[in-house]
Formats: sequence, structure tokens, C-alpha cells
Amino acid sequence: MAEQVLAADGTPLKASLNRALRRQKMRALVLIAPLLLFIMLTFIIPIGQMLFRSVENSIVADTIPRTVVALDNWDASGDAEPDEIVFQALFYDLFVASEAKLHTRLGSRLNYESSGISSLFRKSGRGLDDIADVYKDAFVDQNDVWADGAFWFEMMNTADGAPSADGVFAQQRDLLGNLTSSSVRKNIGFLPNQEIARALPLTTQTYTEWALYVANFDDDVVADEKPWESVYAALFDDLHAPGAAERLANYTGTGADELNSALAIVDTIPDQPYHAAFADLDDGWLSPDVWRTIQAYAPRFTSGYFLNAIDLQNTDDGVEWRPENEQIYLTLFVRTMIMSMTITISCILLGYPVAWMLANLPARKANMLMILVLLPFWTSLLVRTSAWKVLLQNQGVINDLLVWAGFVADDNRLALINNATGTVIAMTHILLPFMILPLYSVMQTIPISYLRAAKSLGATNWTAFWRVYFPQSVPGIGAGSILVFILSIGYYITPEIVGGTKGVFISNRIAYHISSSLNWGLAAALGAILLAIVLALYWAYDRIVGIDNVKLGG
Amino acid sequence: MSEAISDTAFVEFERVQKSYDGENLVVKDLNLSMPKGEFLTMLGPSGSGKTTCLMMLAGFETATHGAIRLDGVSINNIPPHKRGIGMVFQNYALFPHMTVAENLSFPLEVRKIGKSTREEKVMRALGMVQMQDFAGRRPAQLSGGQQQRIALARALVFEPELVLMDEPLGALDKQLRETLQFEITNLAHELGITVVYVTHDQTEALTMSDRVAVFDDGRIQQLAPPDELYEAPHNSFVAQFIGENNTLEGVVQEIKGNSCIVRLDSGDVIDAIPVNVSKVGERTKVSIRPERVEVDKSRLSPDAHTLKAEVLEFIYMGDIFRTRLRVAGTDNFVIKSRNAPDQVRLTPGSQIDIGWLAEDCRALDA
Ligand SMILES: Nc1ncnc2c1ncn2[C@@H]1O[C@H](COP(=O)(O)OP(=O)(O)O)[C@@H](O)[C@H]1O
Ligand SMILES: [Mg+2]
Repeated sequence: MAEQVLAADGTPLKASLNRALRRQKMRALVLIAPLLLFIMLTFIIPIGQMLFRSVENSIVADTIPRTVVALDNWDASGDAEPDEIVFQALFYDLFVASEAKLHTRLGSRLNYESSGISSLFRKSGRGLDDIADVYKDAFVDQNDVWADGAFWFEMMNTADGAPSADGVFAQQRDLLGNLTSSSVRKNIGFLPNQEIARALPLTTQTYTEWALYVANFDDDVVADEKPWESVYAALFDDLHAPGAAERLANYTGTGADELNSALAIVDTIPDQPYHAAFADLDDGWLSPDVWRTIQAYAPRFTSGYFLNAIDLQNTDDGVEWRPENEQIYLTLFVRTMIMSMTITISCILLGYPVAWMLANLPARKANMLMILVLLPFWTSLLVRTSAWKVLLQNQGVINDLLVWAGFVADDNRLALINNATGTVIAMTHILLPFMILPLYSVMQTIPISYLRAAKSLGATNWTAFWRVYFPQSVPGIGAGSILVFILSIGYYITPEIVGGTKGVFISNRIAYHISSSLNWGLAAALGAILLAIVLALYWAYDRIVGIDNVKLGG
Repeated sequence: MSEAISDTAFVEFERVQKSYDGENLVVKDLNLSMPKGEFLTMLGPSGSGKTTCLMMLAGFETATHGAIRLDGVSINNIPPHKRGIGMVFQNYALFPHMTVAENLSFPLEVRKIGKSTREEKVMRALGMVQMQDFAGRRPAQLSGGQQQRIALARALVFEPELVLMDEPLGALDKQLRETLQFEITNLAHELGITVVYVTHDQTEALTMSDRVAVFDDGRIQQLAPPDELYEAPHNSFVAQFIGENNTLEGVVQEIKGNSCIVRLDSGDVIDAIPVNVSKVGERTKVSIRPERVEVDKSRLSPDAHTLKAEVLEFIYMGDIFRTRLRVAGTDNFVIKSRNAPDQVRLTPGSQIDIGWLAEDCRALDA
């Protein structure tokens, strides 16, 4: 081993060199800090969020949390619908969700996985009141106080000095917070008391949930409002549950008498099981398939979007291909790749001679040509693309010319637009400058004397070009190709306008999911795959050509 | 196809003109004829058209007018790659993406020479420039001098009869330049090739060449062997461009056959030989080499004219003394004397008389 070299002060040379360089590095870092921050905020974080969205799936667990927990014990492989307890949980979950108008959001989400669920949720949301109204009417008929919000409040609230059910409150607050994705930390002037929480656990939970909702989202005073119908359903469930009499016997707080009279009539109220009630609303609820979907997408993270993005799906028997008629994404990915490659190659073929001329013409003419090359940048992308639409259409300028010149028959005009040809033509035109500019700046650094040397050594023009000039321009081709290829696989506007159905890219599908179908998770998964493909290509390029062989100039 | 002027000419320029822009002639009426095996240098200030001449010969520029002949055959219409002329470029132009061996092998490959012959020739050429050990390197891994050697070997590997070199040593330091000058001339003579060498360095031109063509203003001002160029310049441009030179301006007062008398602007009268002057009263620049000035009156003929001079500066340079004088109104008159035991060292401020042999003082164009 080589002996360690020491600096004048006896420290190892390496260490003192590092120390000397650290200051420089720090200064460089300070200089780029604003850009770094900007990129963090506008690039890294959004991309991170996108990647997160492609696996994130909290919506099921947030919207119907109690159902998800209850469904845990259900055996998905069987043919039976879940137990009554699951339907009961679903009732209370959906009740809040539909008050908050969020149940349809979950319906849309699950509809991506299994069509029809959306309408199931929409329909059921409307019928929940009817289920609970039976109980409300029964209680109110028996005693008017049950229709009185102030009475309810006094019974549920914690009197001064009495112990409160903080756990129940905190739990309901978290559930509601998750559901509405907002903070429900407002002081609502209500805390459930411990005694009532013991006597009527479900009622307390439901009332607290309602109280939190109306105070936070309707800005109401809890004591002035009548509770939701679901609270009456909960009261019935509590009084109807085994052991209700003993629990109530221990209760001495406000409304103990009223509760005891209510207990007396409970048996007279017709008890309709929740699963029957739901089946009445829509018998879709009895289908195990619906419950399998809910159970499959209950976890907060899912591979479902990614599977979907490559035409796969999760089934009971594991991962499977989607039905033939639903497979579109792989085709689109492949088409995007092939068309981007075609565009890149067209750009090389068209751009190379232009770049050569730019680099070798006298300065004045080269400047003129450069302006022509840059001219497209002066007009809007939309205008250029639309211009292509005019040129390429069936009755467009190019077809007219071809017919006029007799190359094609009038009744057999070329289909140049609304297909892959149109996309390739228009995008080659639009991306051409991105090929020419790096090529030009590399060619500019290749002195003419290399070509002359080759010729003086006996090479023909072609040999001199191919063996001497071309290899030196490869870095420019590499840089241009990477630029054009990466730009084109993410291109959106041009394929959208001139691509028709056969000429659209994966990015058009991503845009569709972001703005029309609102399936952001799938859009994110498609985007993440696109990103992965680009990175993989970049890596392959580095392995084959070497990334230091990419030059944007001397 | 036009006929050669002389049978012995290998390279010939006849009344060649060149203009790039159609307005200015970069080369004006170039006439040049070289025999086989000659080492000819084009010497001249930057922008005087040397490279242009070389490029026309190589075929990268076309002459606007006139004929260029190689071995008696007009090459105006032969493309560069068929001319078989070896060329060394100013910036070497070694192909950066090829190794040294591949660079050398390139001219052989395009000539469809078999692999084994190729390898043998490449190694032989590398041997000529002592670079056998560097065959596998890339040009970027070589020093300037090494790159120059490779460029030379590459221009020689396909055994051309004519090799053109455009300021090949321009980017090298003095010591390396001198070594390579020596190697290039040796190689050229050993191989018997004809060389057209371009430089703006007169020392290089004088030490390397059989003949030197001094370029200025698109014309050859003088084409002569180095000694003649130095000792008998044809005009004041050549006199000033080649070597150190003292110039005095005046008017021809009298011409007597092979010598003349010139009255300087200061009023002094001196002896000279008329080179570029033909009649009395004509303005002239007389040129005297610093080492031909005599300070010892006893060595001059009794009737020789002398000039009064004041010593301004004395510089000891080891092998020689360089003394700056004020003579006939100029402060830049320089004399050089050999550091011999009997040589006097002039002291600044002293007044002396100087003179010279009439044949060392040339009256040239004004
Ligand atoms: N390709 C060209 N186009 C236009 N003018 C040129 C070109 N090459 C050289 N010139 C001009 O021709 C003149 C002679 O140039 P050159 O032959 O390179 O001189 P030298 O080699 O003696 O320095 C210069 O004035 C130069 O500006
Ligand atoms: Mg030159």
C-alpha cells in the first residue's frame, strides 16, 4: 500500500484537501439553493405525490371504516353475503357519508374495479333515512321528548363535574376527520358523558358523530338541533341488544325514565335486519362479488391501479388478464413506444442534413437558416398542430396536390390524419428543432479539417463522412434522440388533435383519467410506468452508448 | 490537359489566382515549379495566402484561374482523395474516436490493402517516428509532440510522393520544435519525398528547406535557397522579413556599374550595390545586415564612405555582442560582433565611425 501523504501541518493530505474543497462546495450549494428549492416544490414533490397516489387507496377505509373492520371476518371465498353486523356497520358508515355527500365518491372509486357499484352506492344513500324513520316515528309516538333536540343534548352531554367519555369523542372525531379529509377540531360545546356511554354505547357514538358533524360543517349549535335518524336507529339497536335492561338499570342520569319507557316498547317495534333493509334498497348488496370488491380494496395501499395499468386485475384466483375487450393500456404503451421511436428516427433523418448545413454554411446564411429552424417556436403549438390538420385532412392541401399531380385517385385519397400517420408527421415537425439544435452544437465543434484529413488520406466523400464525421456526431444524435424521444412519449396535445383513435398516446389516456374519469390513481400508475420506462431507457442508453457520450455542445 | 513547362517539374503552379469572395484576390499570379525530392517551404506572414496555396494543391480549394500540375498532369479536376498527397494539418486532425493504430490504418483501409500488410506498414510508419509503443492509445492521451509525430506518420504511411505540411509545429514549444524540424527533414530526405512545408517562422524555413518561397500579399516575393534569401534579398520586404536587418532610407545619387552612392535623408552619403534601383534620383531603402557593419576603420578601403554613430546600448549575449547605435537619425541601428578575444566592447555614449563593404549594402525598393 502506498504511504499516506501528509500535508505541511501533519494531517493527511486527503483530509486537508477535502476541508479545502468543502467551503467551495458549500458556496456552490448556496448558489443553487433557490433552484433546488424550486425544483423540490414544483417537480420532486409532485412526482412523489403522483407515485404515492398510484398505490394509495385510503378512500374505502376512510369512508366506511366500521364496515371494513367488520368485514375482516367474512370469508370471501364463500357464496354467502356477510353477517348482519357488517350491514349494520355499513348503515352507520353510509349514513354519515351520505350526509357529507361522500358516498358517491367511494362508489365511483369502486366502480373502476367492478362496474355497477357506483349506482349501488348512489341509490342506497337516498334510502337510508327510510330505514331509520321507522324507529324515529316509534320513539316519538311513544313520547314527544324524543323529538326534542334540547332533551337529547341534556341526556348525552356531560354535566359539570361529571366524568366524560373522552375516548368515544376522540374516536368519532378521528373517523369524521378521515372521512371528510378535514380537521374537525373545533370546540363544539359537547362532550358525551361516561354514564350514558356505558348504558347506550352505539347511541352515544352516533350522537357524538352527528354533533361533531353539525357543529363543524353546518356551524350549528348542537343543543338546538334534532339528531339524525341514525341516532334513533342506534337507540333502537342499543335497547334491543341483549343485556340492555341491566345496563339501563344502572343508569341514573337525565332521561332515565324516558329511556325505561322506551325500553318497554322496543319489542313492539318491528325489527327489520339491516341486510334485509339493504336488500330492499338494492339486491346488489346481497351479491358476494360486491363485498369481495370492497374487501379487496379495503387496505390503505393497493397494487390495483398498477395491475389495471398493464391490463391485469386482482381476482380470487390471483392476478389475471382483464377481459379481452378491456385490455387497452399495453397496446397503448407499445404504440407510444413505437411511434415515439418512429418520430425520433424521422427527426434524425430530417434533422441531420439541416444541422450539417447549419454547422458548415457561412455565418450569414447559417444565421438565416437558424431563424427558419427556430421559427416554429415563435408560433403556438396549437396553431402549428391545427395547421397540420388543415394540410393533412382528406380534402386538405396535401391530398389536393397529390390528386392534382395524379399520384392518387380522387376517390382514394390518403388518410393522413386522425391516425398514426398524422401524429407522426405533425410531431416530427414539432420536435424537429429539439433534434437539430443539439446536433448542430455538436457538429459545430467538429473541425472541417477532419473531413479534409480523411479525404487527403484517400477516403471518398462518403467514407470520410461515415468513418470520420459521423462517429463524432453520434453524441449529438444521442442527445437529440433522448430529447425527442422523451418529449414525444409524454406528448399530449398533438396526438389529441391529429391522432384520432389510432394515433393517440398513453399520455392522452392519462389526461382522460385525470380530467374526465377522475381516476387519478390509475392516471398516476400509468404515469409512474411511463416514468419507469423513461428511466429504464436512459439506463440502457447509458449502458450501450454511455451517457458521457451525450453532448449538447463543445 | 495542359503540358508541363519543364520536364523536371514535379509540382507546378502556373499563373494561379484565387479569390474567396469574388472581390479580393488572396493569391495573385502564383508561379512555382518544384523538382521531385525537393523540400520547399512557403514562408510568409499570417494571411499571406500560404494555406490557400496548400489547399489548392491538396484539392480542397479550387483555383479561380491558372493551372496546378502534379507530375506533369493537371490536377484541377481530380478530387482530393485521388491525388495521393499526404497532408499534415496545423491542428494535427487526428481522428479522436480512433486509436493511433486505427488512424494510421485508415488510409490503408480505404485503399483496400490486406490486413497483414496494413499492420506491417502501420508499425513501420510508427517506427519512423519512434512511436511504436503508442499504437493502442487515443489521440487525446498523447502530448502535442506525440500527436504531431502520429500525424506525420499517418501522412507517410501510404507512401505518398508529395507531402504537404501546414504549420505542423506551430503549437509546440521551442525545444520540441527544433527536434521535430530535424526529424522531419531527415525523414523527408531518407524517403526521398517531395515536401511543401508552410510556416511563418523564418528560422524554421531557413534550417529545413532546400528552397524557400517568401509570400506576401498573395505573391511569391522571392524563391531561393536559404543562404541566397538571407544574403541577397530581392526586395525590402524579404530583407526585413528574413533575419535581422538595418534599414536606412535615402535617394540614389550616383550609379557606377555594380555599385552606387546613396544620399540618406540625414544628408550622409553611403556606398551600396543597386539591386532594385535603376536610375539616379530614385528613392530607396538600403539594407545592411548587422554582422556586416564594420567599426574598425582600418578594415575598410580608404575611399569608403563612413557614418558617424553614437553608441546607445551594449548587450552581452554570450557568443555575440549586440550594440545599438544612433545612426543617420535612427535609434534602431544594430550591429553584431563575434565574442572574439580581440573584439572591442563599445561603451554607451561613445562616438564611433561605422562603414561596410559596398556589396554588403543593398539598395532596394523604397
Ligand atoms: N475559406 C475562406 N473564405 C474566405 N476567405 C478566406 C478563407 N480562407 C482564407 N481566407 C482569407 O484568405 C487570406 C489568406 O488566408 P490563408 O491562406 O489562410 O493565409 P495564411 O495561411 O498565409 O495565414 C486571408 O485574408 C483569409 O482571411
Ligand atoms: Mg495558414
